[in-house]
Amino acid sequence: MGSEAGVSPASSLVEERGVASSAARLPRAAAAYLLVAPFALVLLLFFVLPIALTLVVSFWSYNEYSITPSFTLENYAGVFEGCVSRLPELCTTFKTYLSTAKFCVSVWALTLLIGFIVSYFLAFHVRSPAVQIALFLVCTIPFWTSNVIRMISWIPLLGRNGVVNQTLTAMRATGEPIEWLLYSDFAVVLAFVHLFITFMIVPIFNSMMRIDRRLLEAARDAGASGWQTLCNVVVPLCKPGIAIGSIFVVTIVMGDFVTIGVMGGQQIASVGKVIQVETSYLQFPIAAANAVILLAVVLMVIWGLTRLVDIRKEL
Amino acid sequence: MTDRKRTSSSMRFGAGMSRRTVLRGVAAAAGLAAGSKAITGFPAVIAAEPVTLRYLGTAVNQSADIARKVKEDLGIVIEYVPVTTDDVTKRIITQPNSFDLVDSEYFSLKKLLPSGNLQGMSAKRIKHFDKITPVFTKGEIAGKKIGDQGTAPKKVFYLAGATSTKFSPTPTEWITLIPTVYNADTLGIRPDLIKRPITSWKELLNPEFKGKAAILDIPSIGIMDAAMVVEATGQYKYADKGNMTKKEIDLTMKILTDAKKAGQFRAFWKDFNESVNLMASGETVIQSMWSPAVTKVRSQGVACVFQPLQEGYRAWAAGFGVPKTLKGKKLDATYDFINWFMSGWAGAYLNRQGYYAAVLETAKANMEPYEWAYWMEGKPAQKDIKAPDGTVLEKAGTVRDGGSYEARMGGVACWNAVMDENDYMVRKWNEFIAA
Repeated sequence: MGSEAGVSPASSLVEERGVASSAARLPRAAAAYLLVAPFALVLLLFFVLPIALTLVVSFWSYNEYSITPSFTLENYAGVFEGCVSRLPELCTTFKTYLSTAKFCVSVWALTLLIGFIVSYFLAFHVRSPAVQIALFLVCTIPFWTSNVIRMISWIPLLGRNGVVNQTLTAMRATGEPIEWLLYSDFAVVLAFVHLFITFMIVPIFNSMMRIDRRLLEAARDAGASGWQTLCNVVVPLCKPGIAIGSIFVVTIVMGDFVTIGVMGGQQIASVGKVIQVETSYLQFPIAAANAVILLAVVLMVIWGLTRLVDIRKEL
Repeated sequence: MTDRKRTSSSMRFGAGMSRRTVLRGVAAAAGLAAGSKAITGFPAVIAAEPVTLRYLGTAVNQSADIARKVKEDLGIVIEYVPVTTDDVTKRIITQPNSFDLVDSEYFSLKKLLPSGNLQGMSAKRIKHFDKITPVFTKGEIAGKKIGDQGTAPKKVFYLAGATSTKFSPTPTEWITLIPTVYNADTLGIRPDLIKRPITSWKELLNPEFKGKAAILDIPSIGIMDAAMVVEATGQYKYADKGNMTKKEIDLTMKILTDAKKAGQFRAFWKDFNESVNLMASGETVIQSMWSPAVTKVRSQGVACVFQPLQEGYRAWAAGFGVPKTLKGKKLDATYDFINWFMSGWAGAYLNRQGYYAAVLETAKANMEPYEWAYWMEGKPAQKDIKAPDGTVLEKAGTVRDGGSYEARMGGVACWNAVMDENDYMVRKWNEFIAA
């Protein structure tokens, strides 16, 4: 009896608590949904829906002035026209992707190298946190003006009669002005690195700041050289930052057509440029097919990067 | 419990808020309705209520001066929607309700008209219709036929009916576009850097100017400039440069591609300012160019010539069109605006920029005799020639490049065009960029 009496209040307590919590859970769940709703809606409206539409339109047929909602694979056939039959000569699409890939790799390598060095300096060489923050902010100063302005401002610098060439000729370093400074692959890569280096610096710096300094001391105590510490401690611990920065840089370069257009003098192929030319002639379905393929390629690159680093785990 | 209570009370509060907002909205709407009813009682106030026209077009003839002047004269407010040539076409096809008046090029009509988004404009409502230059209506100037390769305006000028989607080869009451400006384009050169006379289109791809030439990055126009070169070098003679066969496209693009691979081009340009910058900075010394762009380079103190060439000019023309859905007061206002546009002030304004107005008679009446003599008759300037904003364009004594109106428009070899093989051409252009 006594024990029963002892149990019953307890069990009723449990029951009560259970009731109370389930009563509270419903509004809490509703609140969670409400909190998620705005962003989910934004994503749905401005991300999922346009992509779905692009996908749908890429299978429609078209002529000069109208798009017909009928299923066809012609657009995809058009994108890859001659890609197999003309081998070993590359078709337009493969050539375009090759040119885009070339920029991706070179811009990625340069931003990674420079971004890593800058972050390393900020994270490990600068001792005072105040100076660290100040210098980090200095890195972001170029981002106070728009991308387009920062890009265009290179033109008077690099031109045939630009500041660089004038200086070089005045110093008698060159007799003739250097032509490849502007409207060339060099100009494109330079602008890209300048524009997107911060996307590399920020995540790598962030990763480095999370590294427990005692690990570095331990490495030194265990007899590791500076180089060994860097390769075996710092770089592996920076992997998530490197992966995030790489995703930023690679996806931007893959889709860009403005920078390649302006700095390359509109003569260099990029997937974005192809899509731009097609939409300007109202060939939306084939442009959509190109966009879908580009999206697939970008997703594959990101998938590959996340294979190398489990970002979720590392964060 | 308290949690739930707070939620429900806040919800109730929210509902109250929204109900109150709705009520307030209704009251405001009622007030507005009452107010507007009050206004209808006073015609004078209606007249003062300005009509706003959304004017879609390229920046070429969208000038703040024109908007200001028409506001003064008619009380019509012009709201410019400046986009690129390509985007004008895109907007007409995809968002025909986003404008009240469009300034589009005649060559786009082949794409635009079948969409059924534009309505024919009644010639009867255009006051100066009979005075429109025969360049548009008959394809001739001073009684002489002018070149009609490509999409010459006379081929797409008349509609079969008010809402027809077909062109009429013979004159009808219904007009596709009422002409605003047109011009004859040729190459622009830097005489100070070339230092010898240039007389033929073939110089554009002359290896002597390797790395110093440019063409337009508008495929349908760029390929025609290339066609002018091909004909000038005698490699091929086209039946119609503005409507090539697949074989002809292949041939033309191959010549362009070879030139590109050999490093002939410094850059391609897509808009007015790009072409000005390329030329003014000395990046290029020879390129396709528009007449006012040459004027702009010159006004920066850099020598630049809009060079007449023996093979003739590549011409273009633009005009006003209205969307099919436009009616009532806005349509009336649009006709008023167009009639105003052709009545002289705007025509003179455009003539002074180096373009040509559609109605010459009224434009002439609005220009000084010395200005008319310089811009239209090819005579040496008696006084300094000034731009509409007052800056001096040319010193007294200079002669306009290409001479008189008749010499220039009479020397047209082809018109900007959309080819039947447009798809194929675009694919080839992308291949050319990737090469």
